[in-house]
Amino acid sequence: MVLRQIEGSRGVAEAVARCRPEVICAYPISPQTHIVEALSAQVKSGALAPCEFVTVESEFAAMSVAIGASATGARAYTATASQGLLYMVEAIYNASGLGLPIVMTVANRAIGAPINIWNDHSDSMSQRDSGWVQLYAETNQEAVDLHVQAFRLAEEVSLPVMVCMDGFVLTHAVERIDVPEQEQVDAFLPAYQPRQLLDPAEPVSIGAMVGPEAFTEVRYLAHARQMQALELIPRVAADFERVFGRSSGGLVRPYRTQDAETVVVALGSVLGTLKDTVDELRDQGHRIGVLGIISFRPFPLADVRAAVGQAARVVVLERALAVGIGGIVTSNVRMALSGNGTRDYTVIAGLGGRAITRASLREMLLAAEADRLEPLTFLDLNRPLVERELARAGERRMSGPAAENMLRDAGPATPWIG
Amino acid sequence: MPVQPIKFYQSGSFVVGNRLLDPDQRSVQADPNRTNSLNSGHRACQGCGEALGARYALDAAMRATNNQLIAVNATGCLEVFSTPYPETSWQIPWLHSLFGNAPAVSTGVAAALKAKGRTDVRVVGQGGDGGTVDIGFACLSGMFERNDDVLYICYDNEAYMNTGVQRSGSTPPAATTMTTQAVGPEPGNRFGQGKNVPLIAMAHEIPYVATATVADLRDLEYKVRRAMEFRGARYLHVFVPCPLGWGTASCDTIRIARLAVHTGLFPVFEAEHGEVVDVTRIPRQVPVAEYLRPQRRYRHLFGASPRPDVVARIQQIADRNIRRFGLLAAEPAPTAQEAP
Amino acid sequence: MELPFAITLDVGSSLANHTGSWRTERPVYVNRLAPCNQACPAGEDIQGWLYDAEDGGYRAAWERIMADNPFPAIMGRICYRPCQTACNRGTLDEAVGINSVERFLGDEAIRSGWTVPVDAEPTGRRVLVVGAGPAGLSTAYHLTRLGHQVTVRDAGDKPGGMMRYGIPKYRLPREVLDAEVGRILDLGVRLELGQRVDDVLAARDEGGFDAVFLAVGAQIGHRAYIPAGDSARILDAVSLLRDVADGEPPQLGRRVVVYGGGNTAMDAARSAKRLGATDAVVVYRRTQDRMPAHPSELAEALAEGVVVRWLSTISQADSGTVLVEKMRLDETGFPQPTGEFEELQADTVVLALGQDVDSSLLAAAPGVAVDAGRVTVGTDLMTGAPGIFAGGDMVPADRTVTTAVGHGRLAARHIDAWLRGVRYQPAPVLPLATFEALHTHYYADAPRTVRPRLDDARRTTGFEEIVGGLDEETALFEARRCLSCGNCFECDNCYGMCPDNAVIKLGPGNRYAFDYDYCKGCGICVAECPCGAIVMEPEET
Repeated sequence: MVLRQIEGSRGVAEAVARCRPEVICAYPISPQTHIVEALSAQVKSGALAPCEFVTVESEFAAMSVAIGASATGARAYTATASQGLLYMVEAIYNASGLGLPIVMTVANRAIGAPINIWNDHSDSMSQRDSGWVQLYAETNQEAVDLHVQAFRLAEEVSLPVMVCMDGFVLTHAVERIDVPEQEQVDAFLPAYQPRQLLDPAEPVSIGAMVGPEAFTEVRYLAHARQMQALELIPRVAADFERVFGRSSGGLVRPYRTQDAETVVVALGSVLGTLKDTVDELRDQGHRIGVLGIISFRPFPLADVRAAVGQAARVVVLERALAVGIGGIVTSNVRMALSGNGTRDYTVIAGLGGRAITRASLREMLLAAEADRLEPLTFLDLNRPLVERELARAGERRMSGPAAENMLRDAGPATPWIG
Repeated sequence: MPVQPIKFYQSGSFVVGNRLLDPDQRSVQADPNRTNSLNSGHRACQGCGEALGARYALDAAMRATNNQLIAVNATGCLEVFSTPYPETSWQIPWLHSLFGNAPAVSTGVAAALKAKGRTDVRVVGQGGDGGTVDIGFACLSGMFERNDDVLYICYDNEAYMNTGVQRSGSTPPAATTMTTQAVGPEPGNRFGQGKNVPLIAMAHEIPYVATATVADLRDLEYKVRRAMEFRGARYLHVFVPCPLGWGTASCDTIRIARLAVHTGLFPVFEAEHGEVVDVTRIPRQVPVAEYLRPQRRYRHLFGASPRPDVVARIQQIADRNIRRFGLLAAEPAPTAQEAP
Repeated sequence: MELPFAITLDVGSSLANHTGSWRTERPVYVNRLAPCNQACPAGEDIQGWLYDAEDGGYRAAWERIMADNPFPAIMGRICYRPCQTACNRGTLDEAVGINSVERFLGDEAIRSGWTVPVDAEPTGRRVLVVGAGPAGLSTAYHLTRLGHQVTVRDAGDKPGGMMRYGIPKYRLPREVLDAEVGRILDLGVRLELGQRVDDVLAARDEGGFDAVFLAVGAQIGHRAYIPAGDSARILDAVSLLRDVADGEPPQLGRRVVVYGGGNTAMDAARSAKRLGATDAVVVYRRTQDRMPAHPSELAEALAEGVVVRWLSTISQADSGTVLVEKMRLDETGFPQPTGEFEELQADTVVLALGQDVDSSLLAAAPGVAVDAGRVTVGTDLMTGAPGIFAGGDMVPADRTVTTAVGHGRLAARHIDAWLRGVRYQPAPVLPLATFEALHTHYYADAPRTVRPRLDDARRTTGFEEIVGGLDEETALFEARRCLSCGNCFECDNCYGMCPDNAVIKLGPGNRYAFDYDYCKGCGICVAECPCGAIVMEPEET
């Protein structure tokens, strides 16, 4: 094991390279750029060969190139974020519909307008029903490891996999990472054996038009394959542990949830801060635990239910907002706990890169324990600001763009960016 | 050399085969063992020019690549009529992804083949004018710019036919579609700037760009064969009349395509590395009215209140093409400097 | 591979979808009558033998001609080629040089010694043919191939009739004539020369013949009354040509006037030139467009220096001169005298005003009618006397060798049927392949090969043949200019242009078939068939 002090993006790039991708498509968008830049150098130098690095003209083309490559039997990889992910949405659905095992990194970032380059989960959450497997990394080490597992998983169930890692927070963080050795990866990840292939020796037509007579069945089968992935993910993680000697991935990661009256559910890098906060509260006698969800699609209903156990309440910390209703993860968790009588709270936090501080978390969790929390809470919301804007909009029809108005109100300092 | 005229035989250069020709002089379509890349049982309308053009082009590509071919198809008529579950008409490896991404998917196929060292297998991307001129245009331009090893073929029937005949960027002036109806003072499609994708392709200076029609099979087959002699991005724009969308008789598909060429409205030429190298001469220029009149989409120009002024404007377009490309038999071919 | 459900499909599966059910009309292959075939007085399958010749199948082509006409080399020289007048290619650029290809084939047969077999079993029936001209020899040829025993009797001392005695040898060399007649005789035809038949019934009964075909021609020059001085030298054209053919040409002098406007007049004038006349003037009472001579004959005569005086009649002939009256056409197109006269120098006047039939040999035959000098026959060419048939110049028809040869073909079929006690039923006539039925875009421009011609200067100095033959390459080229009107020539257009692959190619010579399981009835094959050999028919419901 060689631990190296490197940037998360760099670590992911090296891990991806060791998975021997044959076609990599890249279109620049922050904060995923460092990953494909590093891969570009690997291909250009000949270190990664045979591999075609295609610099496409859009994310839509990136995913499309990956589709063509994957259907031709090549291991295909790309990375994107935010607007880029949305720009390729049509192709994202197509890749999963065709059952092509493409692996894509999503360096999670907010979606505009207003344009914002910082981290939250709005982008990948918007694709939760696209048919892709979605894995969320808590740390850079996990991000690295999940990519290796993602190729294996994708190719075994013939589904595309999104590895989601928080933009900047992980992608740009320099940490000690154990980058998998080539021999280990080769031992863990067999060569890509496509389920269907464009091959002149054995021609088939891929991508037929399917009408009402079979469409439901096709969709059911897509769901069934995700259910297969649900069983496969823990096995792949266990295999990984056997080869690489460390635990990484899996469906969920409970932390101090035994006997917990309150369980906080979250995805991604915020879990670290949450665990620190919970440790502190535990020390003070609060029965509180944390449940990290690694596999958001397929969603591990049973594992979530088991981990939350007999807790009286769950607090779902969401880094995305389902505008008009509130939580996205919450509704999934609620389905897992259906009939349990567990109280649930949705806390929207860290949108567009706003820092989630231990202080704010602690205050929020204490309120939750006392059931003083609103069912839908916006962490650290500048309430006077939004109320002034709402008043303004109520008075005048043409009150101007809300975002600019509020920024003007908030003054030059923006201390929440983390 | 382009297609050699075969003047010695009774039927000349334009028929498909002719028993008198040596087998190697015959067209691919004359071959009793041709691939029939697009097989019987497809659901194209009667007299579909696109079905014909696709089989012409892909059979020629199969011959040129020794049957080592993969096709990528944009969404559209060609895709829908060929692959409704549970039946496919394709006899070759074929992939349909989306409406606007066929050039990029083709790039992916080519990249995979390159990575796998299978450079013997070649890639054809194909789509209609909607998928090419409009929604797939960015992907097409990107594929050109990178010079990916793809032959992209656009089957141009000048509107969105699959969705029920709506205007595309390729719809010609005055033509009626469901979104450019024959109502108001300027009925039919507006006289826009046009979007000549072959010329745009040439501006990318890719190795090979050509236009062709279903009315001149040998020329079309030659151009596919020629395209396959190049590596890198190639573009073939095939004019395919649509009986349904144009309101022409199903038996007139070839004739209408021939008229489009002979009026000068559809210049047939080929270009290498951004320069025109050959044009198909018009034996005798036909007035555009002869081309327009048999088509219901131009009916408003000839009916009870005819619009000779509009016909004259269309004639100007044809005349300009003839000047610009040197299409009349007597005119010299444009030199490299004059090439459009 | 195990394919993902519904999204990925096995190739060829659309064959399960029989799109033929969409069809309301179905394409059907047809044969139409090519205009050349329709026009041919000899009944040749011209389009058919050109098709054979197109791929170098000259023997097959020749045999196809021989099925209808035993004189390809003669036809290729002297036929007035109504086929070429009718030829659709004439509307496109220039008519196919059918005649020259036929001549090439005929000459090739003579050069190679090709013969035709008599395949029919001998019938034991005997037929007498009177007259060894084109009609008689043609009849004898066909009847012999049908197994009958034929005797040809002719008053002359050589066979050929008008082919020998009416057509100058610069148009038809005698070795060609002898070769093609000899080939007929070699089949077993018995030829009796120098035997004039005066009574047909007697000749039949004496010889024990089962049927008779009469083809004695029209050999008597028609005489018109012209006031003439005693010393005026007046000949008739038939005699002139016969004497020339016999090698005993008369002295005509330097200035010869030929009176008449038919082909015989042209032959007479051109022969006069060859016999040393410096001036050969044809006097004809109407205008050029009404002239009965074939335009090609007129053109050749004019090219050789023959002069024609249109709208003129000879009103008097004297020694060394003739008096010519100018005519004008009335409203009905009939020439009327004007009273204007002109004198022409003429050492000899040759009358070419038509020929009459000597039908005296039929005088004793009951039921035979003669009308306007010609023997009346039915459509089966039988006269009013049972078993007595007649054809050629002695019956009402065009007086050309080709027509006579056609009579021979037709008479042989009717005589054969009559001998067997049945009536000959010709095959039904196919619809005509008109120019409008063609799609001429597909025929490349290919100008007619011009037959090599002797220099005009050489032409009139002797009786050497004027028009040369085609070499093989040009003959092949010319054959391939045939549009194959109305008859599939396997161009593959239907096979190649079907958007539904619904045409099955059956291989060389076997044409195509429609696969009605998939044919949607779009009609492209009909629209793009170059030769009009496909039609749409309403679908049976």
